[in-house]
Amino acid sequence: MPNQMTSRARVEAGLSRRKRKEKIFRASGLLATAIGILFLGIFFSTLVAKGASAFVQTYLLLDVELTAETIAPGGELDLEYADFDGLVRTALRNNFPELSGRNDRRELNRLLSVGAGFQVRDLVVANPDLIGTTQEIWVPAASNVDMLMKGNIDATVDESLRNLSDRQIRWIDTLDQAGRVDLRLNKALFTNGDSREPELAGIRGAMMGSFFMLVVTIALAFPVGVAAAIYLEEFAPKNRWSDLVEVNINNLAAVPSIVFGLLGLAVFINWMGLPRSAPLVGGLVLALLTLPVIIIASRAAIKAVPPSIREAALGLGASKMQVVFHHVMPLAMPGMLTGAIIGMSRALGESAPLLMIGMIAFIVDVPGGFTDPATALPVQIYLWADSPERAFAERTSAAIIVLLAFLLLMNLAAVILRRRMERRW
Amino acid sequence: MHSTTLILLMGFMSIAAFYLGRSRSLAVVGGPGRGKGLHSLPGYHGYFVSIWCVLPPLALLSGWMLVEPGIITAMVVKSLPASQQELPAGELNLLINNIRNLATGDVVSAAINADFQRAADLYNEYNATSRRLLSVLVLGLAALGGALAWRRIHPDLRARNKVETVIRWALIVASSIAVFTTIGIVLSVLFEAIVFFQKVPVSEFLFGTTWSPQTAIRADQVGSSGSFGAVPLFAGTMLITAIAMIVAVPVGLMTAIFLAEYSSARVRGIAKPLLEILAGIPTVVYGFFAALTVAPWVRRVGESAGFEVASESALAAGLVMGIMIIPLVSSLTDDAINAVPSAMRDGALGLGSTRSETMTKVILPAALPGIVGGILLAVSRAIGETMIVVMAAGLAANLTANPFSAVTTVTVQIVTLLVGDQEFDSAKTLAAFALGLMLFIVTLILNIIGLYTVRKYREQYE
Repeated sequence: MPNQMTSRARVEAGLSRRKRKEKIFRASGLLATAIGILFLGIFFSTLVAKGASAFVQTYLLLDVELTAETIAPGGELDLEYADFDGLVRTALRNNFPELSGRNDRRELNRLLSVGAGFQVRDLVVANPDLIGTTQEIWVPAASNVDMLMKGNIDATVDESLRNLSDRQIRWIDTLDQAGRVDLRLNKALFTNGDSREPELAGIRGAMMGSFFMLVVTIALAFPVGVAAAIYLEEFAPKNRWSDLVEVNINNLAAVPSIVFGLLGLAVFINWMGLPRSAPLVGGLVLALLTLPVIIIASRAAIKAVPPSIREAALGLGASKMQVVFHHVMPLAMPGMLTGAIIGMSRALGESAPLLMIGMIAFIVDVPGGFTDPATALPVQIYLWADSPERAFAERTSAAIIVLLAFLLLMNLAAVILRRRMERRW
Repeated sequence: MHSTTLILLMGFMSIAAFYLGRSRSLAVVGGPGRGKGLHSLPGYHGYFVSIWCVLPPLALLSGWMLVEPGIITAMVVKSLPASQQELPAGELNLLINNIRNLATGDVVSAAINADFQRAADLYNEYNATSRRLLSVLVLGLAALGGALAWRRIHPDLRARNKVETVIRWALIVASSIAVFTTIGIVLSVLFEAIVFFQKVPVSEFLFGTTWSPQTAIRADQVGSSGSFGAVPLFAGTMLITAIAMIVAVPVGLMTAIFLAEYSSARVRGIAKPLLEILAGIPTVVYGFFAALTVAPWVRRVGESAGFEVASESALAAGLVMGIMIIPLVSSLTDDAINAVPSAMRDGALGLGSTRSETMTKVILPAALPGIVGGILLAVSRAIGETMIVVMAAGLAANLTANPFSAVTTVTVQIVTLLVGDQEFDSAKTLAAFALGLMLFIVTLILNIIGLYTVRKYREQYE
């Protein structure tokens, strides 16, 4: 009878059940931790697997005859007249003397990127002595050729199901056997702006846009954030106003970022008439977005400075303002800078508010200033992720790898700064 | 003069003013050796002059910039023939825009006639005059302010106190920017939302069940009446948030418990920073992953199990969003668990309960308010999350609770309505602001309750 058991026996009777429960609990904790880390692993491995190939790009080696008649009719280089595309096409056709018809030629020309002519042009403009000679030049291939070389187009499926015809694949094989096809470093990715042609699209424009935006953001958010933190920690009287400011800052840190975009659209663009798509407006919005982060971090840094420092300075006759600016602020600076870097890395990854203020436009030119139309790195990722071309998927992954590398660098800097400068009191 | 040059020039003047003020302060007491005769340090005298040299003209400059365009436009309109002055507001605006474009050499959308050209020339002339006047006034005011302050320098001048008062006000202004940001957010969404609610009744917006924001361009267009019942959006947001919470709450909670109670210091040292990486990944990257990796996978798995799965399913977006929120839940839970006094834990263990019993029967109940507050903050984060749903959840406003179907959310619709052409007199564009208002109110309430519970709970054990 259970009620006649001693308490010891009762405990022992339930012991195995309780131990089993304990084990299950522990295992579920381990599982939960593993899920997060597992996701991280899958995430990074798919990213690298998809994106690594975008750092190289297929080029074709062509013997381009830079005939003087076609590019420099009067002895001088005439860029309006010169037909560099024609030169490149002729050079490609010279590899296949058996082709003659217009359709054949057109099909063959599709192996070339539209950027091939530009590349030859840039080469000639940089070095006019080349006119009249024949040069071996590596020119970019069309993105379909690139996809074939990277194994993303299956040559064994039916011709109608792929973007390259059987003949085109044969031609590429011929060129490949002649050593005229190669995967080389994709410089365009880092030197070009956006483009409709995947093989010419680069992230330089987006990177410059992000850079200009972050300059505006840090120039505004850091001084204002530090000043606000100093006031709230050192000067603010304990009253309703400072309570309100305090609650406000904590709330702002949790307001959805897209709402800041609505604010930017209504205030900066519609009311103040600032230009659309400009890094200036993006920087302003991101400054408001990161301000709470910087204030909260700076306040924590100021709080960590021991009161004895303040008292010693006050005792020697410094005014309250002198105490703060000569003693507290320099000691709290590493913590404030760490907060600023973390705020900046958040701003760099932010995209939703930028969509609202028009930084999502298709912009080919690399922006050169704060009011030029620009886009940002995360927005570029969004734009490319939406593009149907196969080649843009790998470029998106590559852009993500670049973005994550920047974020990693910033966070590393924050960690090192904290380690180096942190003081224990 | 360009305003950037003007500001640069003022910067140089302020530096010069600083040195002039400092050297005069030393001069009035009779040389650098006699600095003790001054009430304030010489540097403060320098700052004093510098502030008087910069602040008044800066105020003038910003005030001028604010009213200048309005006044010039009014003057140009006045010079137009009477027939054009009486045009309706919309056409007049177009005309003014065209005059401005012609004046700055941009593309003009109307035939250029003599009147038009004259107005543009007038516009340029007024602008140039205004700029000249502004430059003279600003630089004159800077010189005047600096000179007056310079003359006031005296051994008894309380320069430090005056400079510190200015700095103090600057600090106050900086700290109130956060409040102004909130006010700015409220006003900017409220104004447009009110205009929207004049076109579409509030009841239809809140309780209507059809969302199709296309408004007709032509009167006889089919199927574009524009219907603004936002219930499907709210339902879609709820569905995705619920999925995200089902993933994030148990996983985040158990992770925090495991790392706090069971794992060795070494495992914790590795696992914690790894999980924090999850919090640092930009949302657009999660969106890309959700759309290109998780969505096809969900579709394959779902279809092999016999479900009909949309290519942009709520499940894929919700799963990835849940993963994103794990670090938030686990760090807030960690805080809450650590705030429970160790006496309670030791007492329970001392009475012979296992670690899991201590956790579930003693620590978690004690930490519950803190955990609930954290979960509310996580819900608010999920509701306001944009990029993941924009890229992975789709646009179809289906009123459904089926996680395999495509749904749309409030944030997705805000983005779709505002990206591209905007017309601030059509209900379509304004609807985005009404949705923004709803989003702001809901997340604000969740944040306030969440932050309040977390703080209250922390104080309870302090």
